[in-house]
Amino acid sequence: MKRLWLILPLALFAVFLGVAGYQLTQPKDEFVRSTMIGKPLPAFDLPGATDEAPRVASASFADGQPRLLNVWATWCVPCIAEAPQLEELAERGVPIVGVAIRDEPEAIARFLENYGNPYEVIARDDIAELQLGLGSSGIPETFVVDGDGIIRYQHIGDIRADDVDEIYAAWEDAR
Amino acid sequence: MIATGLAAIALAVAAPGAGQAVSSAPLANTQLADPQAEAQAQDLMEELRCLTCQSQSIADSNAPMAGDMRHQVRSRIAAGESPEEVRAWLVERYGDYITYRPGIGSATWPLYALPILFLLIALVVLVRRLGRNGE
Repeated sequence: MKRLWLILPLALFAVFLGVAGYQLTQPKDEFVRSTMIGKPLPAFDLPGATDEAPRVASASFADGQPRLLNVWATWCVPCIAEAPQLEELAERGVPIVGVAIRDEPEAIARFLENYGNPYEVIARDDIAELQLGLGSSGIPETFVVDGDGIIRYQHIGDIRADDVDEIYAAWEDAR
Repeated sequence: MIATGLAAIALAVAAPGAGQAVSSAPLANTQLADPQAEAQAQDLMEELRCLTCQSQSIADSNAPMAGDMRHQVRSRIAAGESPEEVRAWLVERYGDYITYRPGIGSATWPLYALPILFLLIALVVLVRRLGRNGE
């Protein structure tokens, strides 16, 4: 009995090694998920796509209509890759609000001309204040915001062809 | 001096046309006028994780997002928030992962409880052994 007690620390250490070794073989989840799901959209009031365009504010979200909030940028390569998928969602009737991070009106106009414009409206977030308010850690990211202005869903990374149905379903759920 | 010059050249070379390579937030790289508030902001920035370069603090990182986060920290502290309020604001958005000094929560309590437990066990063993020797 006393012998067993003596090997206990070694056994604990072996368990620790086993757990650590197992974790080393597991792929690392690099994503930092937002903890804002279920919470209201943070208040914001940002300039539109151009200096003349009307400003975009959080107040316009609580009108009963669920929307996608797409955090993107013209300088972001995966954003080009997801453009056709956003286009498809827009065609299926999903209103999409674009949040352009650290961007410029001319670059935005060029991007939309080249890759299509799925956006209902675009807000320019020059210092990432809305992105930080959303708990978004990268570009692109897409959020579903319900008709009461509550954040319901987060998709991290570009929207691939096989993500479209899931995002559409999340938008439907928010209706 | 030379190092700053080199850093400026490196930054200029790294900037590809559009404005994403550096943060344009006013307080990203500008210290607060009040040295006490700046010291508070600096201490907090060293304990906040850069999201795009996950092993650096936002004080260490040149990533544009780290600059935008420094702006949030400085402007909130300048507006009268305490460093812990600013930290809480970020934890509400990103979870404990954002801070290098996590609070006691459902996932972190063993970190704080286990050392105390081990110390107690060691103490009990020690007392028993000493007692035995004294007999």
